[in-house]
Amino acid sequence: MPTEAGHLLAIDGVLIVIALWLAIGAAGIAALHRFTLISQVLFPLGGLAGLALAAIAFCGLLAGPQVAILPIGLPTLPFHLRLDSLSAYFLIVLGSAGAGISLFAAGYFRRGEGTAPGLLCLQYHLFLASMALVLLADDAYAFMVAWETMALSSFFLVTTNHRVAEIRRAGYLYLLIAHIGAIAILLCFGVLQANSGDYTFANMRQQTPDAFWASAAFLLALLGFGAKAGMVPLHVWLPEAHPAAPSPVSAMMSGIMLKTAIYGLLRISFDLLQVQLWWWGVAMLALGLVTAILGVAFATVQTDMKRLLAYSSIENIGLLLVGMGLGLLFKAYGMATLAALALTATLYHVLGHAFFKSLLFVGTGAVLHATGERNLGRLGGLLRYMPWVGWLVLLGVFAGSGLPPLSGFVAEWLLLQSFLFSPGLPDPFLNMLIPLIAAAIALVAALAGYAMVKFFGIIFLGQPREEKLAQAHDGGLWEKAGMLWLAGGCLLLGLLPNFVIQLIDPVTRLLVQYGYATSASQHGAWLLVPMSVDRASYGPLYFLLGVTAFSLLLYWLVRKLYSAQLRRADPWDCGYPFQTPRMQDTAEGLGQPIRVIFTPFFRITRHEPSPFDREPKYSLLLEDHFWYWLYLPIARLIGWIARQVGRLQQGRIAIYLLYSFLTLLFMLFLVKR
Amino acid sequence: MNSLIAQLINLFASVMLIVTFAMLSQRRILTLIHLFTLHGLAVVGATTVVAYITHQHHLYYSAGITLVLKVILIPVLLHKLIDRLNVRWDVETLINIPTLMLVGILLVVFAFNLALPIAELSTSVARSTLGIALACVLLSFMMMITRAKAVAQVIGFLAMENALFLAATSATSGMPMVVELGIALDVLVGILILGVFMFQIREQFDSLDIRHLENLKDD
Amino acid sequence: MSATGVISQLLAICIALLGAPLLMGWVNQWRAWLQNRSGPGLLQPYRALHKLLHKEAVVAHGASPLFLASPYVVFSCMALSCAIIPTLSTDLPLSPVADAIALVGLFAVARVFISLAALDIGTAFGSLGARREMLIGFLAEPALLMVLFTASLISQSTSLTSIVENLAHREFAIYPSLAFAGIAFTFVSFAENARVPVDNPATHLELTMIHEALILEYSGRHLALIEWAAAIKLFAYSCIGIALFFPWGIAEADAPLALLAALPIQAVKLALGGFLLALIETVSAKMRIFRVPEFLASAFLLAVIGMLVHFLLGA
Repeated sequence: MPTEAGHLLAIDGVLIVIALWLAIGAAGIAALHRFTLISQVLFPLGGLAGLALAAIAFCGLLAGPQVAILPIGLPTLPFHLRLDSLSAYFLIVLGSAGAGISLFAAGYFRRGEGTAPGLLCLQYHLFLASMALVLLADDAYAFMVAWETMALSSFFLVTTNHRVAEIRRAGYLYLLIAHIGAIAILLCFGVLQANSGDYTFANMRQQTPDAFWASAAFLLALLGFGAKAGMVPLHVWLPEAHPAAPSPVSAMMSGIMLKTAIYGLLRISFDLLQVQLWWWGVAMLALGLVTAILGVAFATVQTDMKRLLAYSSIENIGLLLVGMGLGLLFKAYGMATLAALALTATLYHVLGHAFFKSLLFVGTGAVLHATGERNLGRLGGLLRYMPWVGWLVLLGVFAGSGLPPLSGFVAEWLLLQSFLFSPGLPDPFLNMLIPLIAAAIALVAALAGYAMVKFFGIIFLGQPREEKLAQAHDGGLWEKAGMLWLAGGCLLLGLLPNFVIQLIDPVTRLLVQYGYATSASQHGAWLLVPMSVDRASYGPLYFLLGVTAFSLLLYWLVRKLYSAQLRRADPWDCGYPFQTPRMQDTAEGLGQPIRVIFTPFFRITRHEPSPFDREPKYSLLLEDHFWYWLYLPIARLIGWIARQVGRLQQGRIAIYLLYSFLTLLFMLFLVKR
Repeated sequence: MNSLIAQLINLFASVMLIVTFAMLSQRRILTLIHLFTLHGLAVVGATTVVAYITHQHHLYYSAGITLVLKVILIPVLLHKLIDRLNVRWDVETLINIPTLMLVGILLVVFAFNLALPIAELSTSVARSTLGIALACVLLSFMMMITRAKAVAQVIGFLAMENALFLAATSATSGMPMVVELGIALDVLVGILILGVFMFQIREQFDSLDIRHLENLKDD
Repeated sequence: MSATGVISQLLAICIALLGAPLLMGWVNQWRAWLQNRSGPGLLQPYRALHKLLHKEAVVAHGASPLFLASPYVVFSCMALSCAIIPTLSTDLPLSPVADAIALVGLFAVARVFISLAALDIGTAFGSLGARREMLIGFLAEPALLMVLFTASLISQSTSLTSIVENLAHREFAIYPSLAFAGIAFTFVSFAENARVPVDNPATHLELTMIHEALILEYSGRHLALIEWAAAIKLFAYSCIGIALFFPWGIAEADAPLALLAALPIQAVKLALGGFLLALIETVSAKMRIFRVPEFLASAFLLAVIGMLVHFLLGA
């Protein structure tokens, strides 16, 4: 569809927003050290651009596919861009969640922290622009350029505080795994174009690879995008990079960048590949399940608040993979309605997770700034000193625990519904595995609640564990605004499921030719009904109104009929008068039951003091088995190979010349053949 | 009405599966014996119902034999045995119980899938319980593997025999009478031998822990 | 929405709110009788609630609004849960608001609120109670969900009213999968309602308590609301059990007479259930806290096997 003269299409609008972001980045470079300008003007402007992007993408979602060609890059290889409903949906996620994060970032970055503010501004907006471009790309070339720009800009953002060795190490690990993933994606595109030499997605859609090559492409995509998304066993960079990065960047990476990987998987396995095999779905389900369980088990035992959230992101990615895997399975068997339900759940969670995880991450940022602590064992009682941050984070915590009526629950509800309606798969073995997976999902959801209660309880509730916490200050104006936006998103996404499903409908129609917009609102906009009201329904707004109204009525009644007296006193605590904050459960303590139950998951190094120690010390180190089982052996192998290669290096010119000579001879020999 | 009675077979089989799981997770020997009695009762129930539906008289007899042997005689023997051996303590398991249960679930899935094609071939009324019977066999086998004490292993062995009996009933409406009598005798003799065996273990090692048997091999 | 619908809805809520303490008193009375004690009488819970409601509430210095709001929220969650569980009638206008999964979510909301409130004061016992409560919750919640799933698979619906209508009205058949689910459900309800094999509602021995440790800092009207909510929870669980496993006698839409008959039938079932609860509590001993995960894991696995059996037997 060419651009009509004098009439701007949605895709042009998206391009304008991308250009705006790049311009803001450039302005940041121009005003390298003018801190006030950058934080008070440029970042909020970037946030507004995000809002505009969400609005434009919303128009594009309903408008149908639009294409554009950007004449940049190599002479014969322009960027092909295309805005269809899948891209538009993810652009809405990017724009709307990104807006909140940008607003927060305006108040977050401080003078004199690592990278100069102008450079940071450039990297940040380049990151945003590259993510938007990833979502728009319609050929492998543009996709890879945008993808790599995204990886690099986020790498620089992660290493903002590059003076700390630990952060440099985290950045290195991130870059390494990102590139392994990128190679796999590149190979995947190579397989998809099937020797036709044309790398546009339009061409790939036309190819009909046989089962072997299709599976190869799928597995490469799973590997490549899995590495970006944090799928087990490629998840190890996440808990290192997220804590290392500044909080808005962690929020951006966890809330949005991981979703670009989900987008890539959806694009390739549902859109570019014309056939789906059932075992792809099973593989994705299995990997997703392992990811979810491992992620949540690790999340509950963490003692660093950002690591806890990073592991929780891994868990959520696992849930998304499970949803997608289920969708693939259904699509492979030609059950479009069920596939659409599973994908609706997945896409719902993409949006919901973007909001609540961003909210939680920026919340930790506010806590970090107010206290200088990331360690849960030194926090506590902050709800008193930082009420805004505390109460807003509480909303995110509720959404993250999958509690009604917030956003996390709707996605979980839809996912469980699609599991429940699944009997009817032609394979009896799969039919029996499905309830097992549903059970595991229920377990993961419940454990996620545990992790979230721990997160909130340790940071914001109880007595402050350190004296300096009493000086903690609440977030600034911009920070509050950003968090309000994100928290409002969590609430609204939970309360208006039918509206969100209206957004998802065109996407599932594109991917599996079925959508739930009409059937979901068959009983009005406030009641979510996937199939029929006899089968299942959920009305979050009524739910919230019911609980709130009843609580208020009860409050009024109890005070009216009985006493309203309230006396403050010291805590009772079974009559023990010498309470100190150190007697509360620590982060380790709250995680202890889970650690005991899931012992085989962790590599535990524990040092217990003996009763006779003069200075008893207790230490506990929980590590990931994958480091020792997978990464270290590979690292050793590569080190070994490198040493072998190193032998070639003799230091004598004559020998180097000999190498060149031998190479030349070999080449000539090849040519002769 | 007949369909309701046929469903009773499923109910008995399910009770058996529940009891097998309970045995798998049970730590006390005394409770284990009670559970085993219940296990036997479920088999008797299932067999009687099959006999009633298919009008096969020999199944009544085999139900009767099972009742006498597995529900009355062997539990009494076992009670006497643990009185004599004075082993009312908790049974140790070699693997922790939640893991055991998890493996158990996988076995159930495996057994159910194994049984589905076989059940489709069979024409017996109780064919759908074949999967459950198979699952019980596997679970009892696992119980034998994971228990450290000889008494618990014997109970596992008996439970497996029960399950096999149910499998035979459900797949082919029972074995010929001669075979059944033979098996019943075998089980009885097996119990006696194992009883003697247990006394021997105890005299040798002052314990019933079969891990001591590892000491017997030459190095 | 018919007039009978509104009436039965209001009736369901009122009966749950007012009848729950009676059920609690009934269970306690039977416990006392079974232990050869004379017992405090059926109406003791009402007297206790009345007394507590009149008392002044003493709140710790550092308590946040979260702590003060929690009793009300927990109570409302329980009340709402009773509004969607078909106690007397399946003609509940509120029931489309939340299905079985949302019901589990509702219980989870209550649990998270009460745990956060326990963490809020920052005492050793509070955090210990919160930890244990969340531990039990994270195992019990999926088990409950699986129990409900088994029933939903049979009736092809997750809406509680449809499940009950379906189970009560189809031709009588034996569902072995429901037997598994029933046992699992019994385990879960013992754990969730802090009853004996898991927790002892009568104890205040610090090291063993779970529920009591959570609410240690509450007093006066707040404590009354929480205790009342606990009673409603027991009532709700009993009603779920009855609705899933013994659904006969629950009235349907536009049947005022059946509604009248449902009340005594339900009362008899609840009385019987309460007696059984007291009996099981009397004959069993409380287990160590780290046996509880094992107990609940068994419940979870039984529920899962129930679903598997459903697939195998088609029933």
